[in-house]
Amino acid sequence: MTKVSMTVNGKAVSRETEGRTLLVQFLRDGMGLTGTHVGCDTSQCGACVVHVDGVPVKSCTVFAADVAGGHVTTIEGMANADGTMGRLQQAFQDCHGLQCGFCTPGMVMSAAALLAVNPTPTEAEIRAGLEGNICRCTGYHNIVRAVMQASGQASAAVAAE
Amino acid sequence: MHNFQFVKPTTVADAVAALEHDGAQALSGGQTLIPTMKQRLAAPEVLVSLTGIDAMKGVCKGDGGLHIGAATPHAVVAREAAAYYPALAHLAGHIGDPAVRSRGTIGGSLANNDPSACYPSAVLASDAVVVTNKRQIAADDYFQGLFSTALQLGEIITEIRFPIPERAAYVKFDQPASRFALVGVFVAKFAGGVRVAVTGAGEEGVFRWKEAEAALSAGFHMAAIEDLAPPKQRMIGDLHGTPEYRAQMVKVMTKRAVGAA
Ligand SMILES: Cc1cc2nc3c(=O)[nH]c(=O)nc-3n(C[C@H](O)[C@H](O)[C@H](O)COP(=O)(O)OP(=O)(O)OC[C@H]3O[C@@H](n4cnc5c(N)ncnc54)[C@H](O)[C@@H]3O)c2cc1C
Ligand code: FES
Ligand code: FES
Repeated sequence: MTKVSMTVNGKAVSRETEGRTLLVQFLRDGMGLTGTHVGCDTSQCGACVVHVDGVPVKSCTVFAADVAGGHVTTIEGMANADGTMGRLQQAFQDCHGLQCGFCTPGMVMSAAALLAVNPTPTEAEIRAGLEGNICRCTGYHNIVRAVMQASGQASAAVAAE
Repeated sequence: MHNFQFVKPTTVADAVAALEHDGAQALSGGQTLIPTMKQRLAAPEVLVSLTGIDAMKGVCKGDGGLHIGAATPHAVVAREAAAYYPALAHLAGHIGDPAVRSRGTIGGSLANNDPSACYPSAVLASDAVVVTNKRQIAADDYFQGLFSTALQLGEIITEIRFPIPERAAYVKFDQPASRFALVGVFVAKFAGGVRVAVTGAGEEGVFRWKEAEAALSAGFHMAAIEDLAPPKQRMIGDLHGTPEYRAQMVKVMTKRAVGAA
């Protein structure tokens, strides 16, 4: 065991950690931040996406020790300071961009990463940005609309694919 | 997954020393190695992370063309190589998905040499040089079949040097579930001739399609390969496509790459 320190949603944390501890285990089991989900555990589904130093990563496929010293943002860090839902989260609710909600934390984090580098993406760019996130419920259409809305663009005209 | 000791050196020399330990293995982006360790197909005792070595990261223009540190993630290559070598940047920007591109690195991809990986085709078509802690390896000598390369035990790739062609393009026919190449073709036209490298198709991994190279060196246009027979190499056959299908797709993708270059 070695001590691994990082900043999670703005708070400094330090925990005794095994080499093999994945970032998602550090967050869920170690810190109780269970908003980040494990869908596949094989880097296919994107339910576990969080940001490390501003870029999206699949937290099931990163060792916690390898991102020691880094700044991590999880779905719990996406709400407004007063605890209400952030703009992207609210857009998912408004556009009915989720059904069971299992994929949603990863979808929101991937979408947030996209908007950080491309504030007004086209529909095609949104679909490409969410390529690593699988949803078994919605058919993606309303998720794309939610990202359109959150980026201040008209979302009604998005073509169903 | 079996436990291991995790080390993260900051210099190539310290990484090489750490890799001398019995049962030590290099970790770069982990996008291939971590899933492999979860399946217990790899169980290193010491894992040596290369991502803390600044000298192995970044994209810069040098004597031999474009120099890319082996631990540079795909997303960074996509962004920083765009001004110098657009076809290479485009390839990097279409590997997997955004989260895979944040972590996965060019060195990890080349060390792994998956027969369906994208980067090997760029390295072979560009006649790039693979630089390790010990030596420089020409692309034609580096790839040695399915998941095998010229790398020796404990040797690490530190940098890749890409000559920059006059025109080039990579066209990938995606296997939609994995986004790896079902067939991918990289075409590069230099003053001295054209090189064509094919990934995803050959049973022995990435290969040069020499007949197409000769035809395209005589005239760089799509019609130049119209009458060629598909490549003679033994092709992969799996549930995604028969060998005959892949052979035909090599021709189609080569034409599209010439059109796009
Ligand atoms: C969902 C998904 C989709 C993907 N899609 C694609 C795709 O479309 N195209 C594509 O090409 N790839 C794809 N990949 C693979 C991805 O590009 C990997 O990142 C890459 O193959 C391995 O790079 P890595 O840095 O993650 O290496 P790691 O997983 O860390 O290491 C891989 C192997 O290389 C060794 N190694 C690593 N670095 C070095 C070095 N510098 N010197 C010597 N040995 C080293 C390691 O010991 C290990 O054996 C995909 C992966 C996933 C999970
Ligand atoms: S749980 Fe990480 S990608 Fe599915
Ligand atoms: S809402 Fe159920 S998996 Fe996406």
